[in-house]
Formats: sequence, structure tokens, C-alpha cells
Amino acid sequence: MTAELVLEDVHVDYGGVAALKGVSLSVREGELVCLLGANGAGKSTTLRTISGLVRPRRGEVRFAGERLQALSPYQIVARGIVHCPEGRHIFGGLTVQENLMLGAVQRRDAAGVRRDLDWVLALFPDLAQRLKQRGATLSGGQQQMLAIARALMARPRILLLDEPSLGLAPVVVQTIFRVIRDLHRQGTTILLVEQNARQALAIADRGYVLESGRIVSSGTRAELEADVQIEKAYLGA
Amino acid sequence: MTLAELWVQQLLNAVSIGSMYALLAIGLAMVFGILRLINFAHGDLLMVGAYVLIYAVAAGIPFWVAFLLSVAAAALLGVLMERLAYRPVRGQHEVVLLLTSFGVTMLLENSAILAFSPRTRPFPLPEALSGVYHVGHVVMSGIDLAALASALVLLVGLNLVVTRTKLGVSMRAAAEDLTAAHLVGIHLDRVVLAAFAIGSALAGVAGLLWAAKSGRVEPLMGFTPVLKAFVATVIGGLGSIGGAVLGGYLLGLAEVALQAVLPPGLTGYRDGFVFILLILVLLVRPHGLLGKAEGDRV
Repeated sequence: MTAELVLEDVHVDYGGVAALKGVSLSVREGELVCLLGANGAGKSTTLRTISGLVRPRRGEVRFAGERLQALSPYQIVARGIVHCPEGRHIFGGLTVQENLMLGAVQRRDAAGVRRDLDWVLALFPDLAQRLKQRGATLSGGQQQMLAIARALMARPRILLLDEPSLGLAPVVVQTIFRVIRDLHRQGTTILLVEQNARQALAIADRGYVLESGRIVSSGTRAELEADVQIEKAYLGA
Repeated sequence: MTLAELWVQQLLNAVSIGSMYALLAIGLAMVFGILRLINFAHGDLLMVGAYVLIYAVAAGIPFWVAFLLSVAAAALLGVLMERLAYRPVRGQHEVVLLLTSFGVTMLLENSAILAFSPRTRPFPLPEALSGVYHVGHVVMSGIDLAALASALVLLVGLNLVVTRTKLGVSMRAAAEDLTAAHLVGIHLDRVVLAAFAIGSALAGVAGLLWAAKSGRVEPLMGFTPVLKAFVATVIGGLGSIGGAVLGGYLLGLAEVALQAVLPPGLTGYRDGFVFILLILVLLVRPHGLLGKAEGDRV
């Protein structure tokens, strides 16, 4: 069974208000899929449902054939699904190193963890000089790098990235997108949520467009880029 | 007694009582940090621990073995509390959690009155701790020494756990950001259980020191210490382990200082003055000395 992530007719309510109204999508092994949409369309909710923070009222979430919706977040991480949340959520009172080690909290292979630590520090050299610093002392861009690096320390089979470029300076956004593209090229499966639609599509294989809790459009990068409606709504033509 | 000796004596008294407050406050802070639960039943752990010791010693078990049994019993009771009372209400409003802890307190205290009778019993202090030591004019009881030594050992040990082990770092992480703790894959139930076990074991030690110092064991003996420990955690910053330790020692210092400077007619109101100090601290630092504003916690 390949490690395919599948959502089928997923409905999620927040206190009686429907946030997702039947979302179906899939991410195949090795793909970079982006999930586009306006604020409040349900992008973050989709990721939170996959990682077990919220439970669907109806529908199914499967990874590699296994149903996820009955599992706790830590069990979902154990399956290799790692969610790097919007707003970074790094541990500000803990050091950069502690943050990174927590990313690998479930792993028992000490040698592999050390190797991956070297690898993520090579991806983000800014962090290497700041291992003993508390997370809260980092700049916004460095915090985002730490959040991604921490997620990578879990050695994800699929990485869920929520708005990694939000609120960052253009030059930092470039760095983040370059790293995402490189990760994809190295074979990491990624589901990317972005408001920065044009840049997200540019590095994606496929995309979905969410609107008020429903998928309203989907297709390959070329198809989405050619779609006039999307161009108007999200790419700011 | 020279002035220097007087200072040393008062400082020793303060550190001795502060050690108890610190050991007791740590458990409150650990649990509050992760769950936002103020566990008032924390004080009853020390009561139960003290009774276990009394019965064990009465059954002919050597004191030091009984001591370990008593600490283990406190840890076990803490774990049971979590499993049976607090886990079902986890994540609910803080008022619900607080009321649940009052319920647990009532249950435990009334069960203790039924099981052990409300009368006060003497604490079976072993020979080794009942001595009094003199250095110049400075007087030190065996219990003070035991309080200092156990606090030193336990605080160093705890520091190693929370900075060097995965479990300890996970505990601090969960206290800081629960969502992120879930997302990195921390097994929260396990961390919460460990926080209860460690905090309750420390409370067990503090309880025995408390009982040894006062010489009495009774079903409601946990009330005053847990209140003091709560004050200590508030001074230090609710939810911060370092803050709880700092708050515990500051509270010990404040009590001893007030005892020394208050006119004799007012020493009976010492605790009242302690609470005035608490209010002053909170006016200047609403989140305690080492605490963070609630807004920082997403």
C-alpha cells in the first residue's frame, strides 16, 4: 500500500457551525499538493482534521489505507503525518535544540535523530548558531524555520504545512519556498496550505481550491493556472 | 547570641520551612502548567502519606521503609486522582476543574475522618531525626536538616529530569503550548500522569516533613500547607516549576522575617501579613515573578 492520504466527504463542525462541508481530496506519495482559498475557507480546519486536533462529524480520513479519525494526535504523528501549524507554535521558553529534539520525541533511533539534526541545521543554517537560544528570542522568520525544522525531525512521511510564509519578509519567504521545493524534490510528500497562491502553485504538482468549506476547483498546476476564475479570485490578475 | 548567629538561625528556619513549601508547590505548578487545574486535593496527598507512615510504623515496618512506602502511596494516590477524577473533565472550563478538585478534597478528607477517626495522632519521629544540633548558638533540629537535605537532593534531581530527559522536556513543552505538544507527537496522557506522579511524590515527602515538624497527623492537616503552597506558586508564577521553588523559599523567608519584625501582639496575624505581601507582589507582577502573561499561551 502506498502512503496516500485520502479525505472522503469530510464534514467538520465548530460548535454547531459547519467549517467543512464534504471535503474530498488526496495526496499521493511524493506529491506536493497545495490547498488554496480565502481566509475562513476551511484550509486550516482541513489540516487540523488530518492531524487529529479536531474530529470530523462525518466522512473519512485515511493514510496508507488506515482510517485516522479514531486516532489521537500522537498516534497520527506515529504514522508519519506531521503538521506544522499556522502561527508556528514553537516552544518559546525552550531552547532551539529542545524544540528540535521534541520534534523527534517519538523516535528511538538516536543515530538517525543525530543525522537528521545535522540535516535540518544544514537546511536552516540560521538555527545552527542559535541552538542554545530560547525560541522566543528568534525573529519571525527564524521561528518559522524552527517550526519546519522541528516537523522534519519527526521524519515525516507526509508534511502538512500551514501558511509557512505568513507575515514574513519577502526575502525570508523566498528561503522558505526554496526549502519546500527542495524537500519536495528530495521526495518528501507535502500538503501545503497557502494564501500566497501564485507562489504556492508555482512549486506544486497539483492543487485544490477551498471555498466556504467545499472544494470548488482542483487540478494540476497548469490547469489551475489556466483557470480564469481562480486567476481572478486568488492570483490577483 | 551574636547578630551574625541570629541571621544564620533565621535564615536556616526560613530555608527549612521554604523547602517544604517548595516541594509542595512544585506538584501544583506542574499540574496547573499543563491542565490549568488548581489541584486543591494536593494537600490531601500529604495527609494520606502521613497516615500510611503511621500505620506502617505501627505494623513494625522500619521507619525508612515506611517513609518510602508513604511517598509511593502519595504518588499512587496522585495518579489515581488524575485517572478517576481529572481525566474525565480534562479540557473543560477552569471552574469545572477547580470544583472537581474541591470534590476530590471533600471525598478524601471525609473518607479519612471515617477511616482514621478525626482525632489527632502523634507522628512517630525516629531517633535519628529527633536530635537537636548546636553550632555556636545556632540551633538546628534533625527535621530541619532532613528538610534541607531532601529538598536539595529532590530539586537537583527534578532539575535533571525536566532539562535532560525527554519526559521532562515534554512536560515543559506541554505546559507551554498544548496544541504544539500534540502536533510534535507528545503522548499527553503519559506526560500528565508523570506530572501527577512526580508532583505527588514530592508532596508526600513535604507532608512527612510537615507532620514531623508539627508532630501531629490529622485528616484535615493538608489544608494549611496546600494553601501556603498555592500562595508560593502564585508568587512565583502559576505553572512555572522554577517559580514554584522560588515562591516557596520566598514565602518561607517572608514568614520568618515577619515573625521576627512584627510586634508580639501582631505575630498571631502573621499569615494575614503574608497575604498582604502576596497582594503587593501581584499588583506589581500580575503573573507572578517568573510567570508569563496568559496571552502568550496560544
